Amino acid sequence: MHLSIYRILNHMVQYANARLDASFAALADVTRRGVLEQLGRAEASITDLAEKFNMTLTGMKKHVAVLEQAGLVITQKVGRVRTCQVGPHQLEEVTAWLEKYRQLWSARFDELDRVIEDLKQSEKFAGRKKTESEPKP
Amino acid sequence: MKNRTTVERKSERELVVTRVFDAPARIVFEAWTRPDLFKRWWGLKSQGMYLLSCEMDVRTGGGYRLVFNQGMEFFGRYIEVTPPSRLVWTNEEGGDGGPVTTVTFEEKDGKTLLVMHELYPSKEALDTAGTGAADGMGELFGELDELLVTLGAREGRA
Repeated sequence: MHLSIYRILNHMVQYANARLDASFAALADVTRRGVLEQLGRAEASITDLAEKFNMTLTGMKKHVAVLEQAGLVITQKVGRVRTCQVGPHQLEEVTAWLEKYRQLWSARFDELDRVIEDLKQSEKFAGRKKTESEPKP
Repeated sequence: MKNRTTVERKSERELVVTRVFDAPARIVFEAWTRPDLFKRWWGLKSQGMYLLSCEMDVRTGGGYRLVFNQGMEFFGRYIEVTPPSRLVWTNEEGGDGGPVTTVTFEEKDGKTLLVMHELYPSKEALDTAGTGAADGMGELFGELDELLVTLGAREGRA
């Protein structure tokens, strides 16, 4: 009974599946999410990032490679320094998918609000009726 | 003011949806477990979808079956029912490898924080959950189609 919505979205996602897979996989790691957030503020070299996240250069290179493969980050080598910045579209795709999913749930829950309001009202009414029907002194 | 719904893909296998409701947990729980009430909100009005039928045997081991107006069916069974704080059910319409859904209702100051958690047995199960299930859905989901076009265009450009 879960998400009819989810299955439908999944269908949709299959069009961009391979890339979204890579994006989600890339995002399912706390360091890589941190790197992305960092790069969202300003571009940085791999050395900068390694220092900031307390990692070896090799370790950070691996993380950046995963992000780059997913298209979440683009890198450019200038001289001996490789600079990283956030990729232009990929994050939007992931966000758009989740946002669509969120909107559908949001609509569903707005309906639930109405049901809950009715329940609260009828409880109040029942409470009042009960009090009224009690024998008066 | 409406309360905000949040969605997060916690990992490759998990999705989490949260929302606060302005009512005690027992009332929110009731709306999730009484078929006549459930039917009123589980459809998707904006998508022209509503529940034709809704059978729910809400107790541990009990089954449920939902049928939408355009024919989609969803079924499974409850593996935990703890009023008014917790519901866990399986999703078996897709055969093996369906997700397990856990809904918790946490009351605080007369309000209820609802957390809906979906755990797939594997990343692959999550990725393939939609295969074949959405045939013929295009008309109903014009908005999603538009998004597909956008994604497709980007795919083409890359």
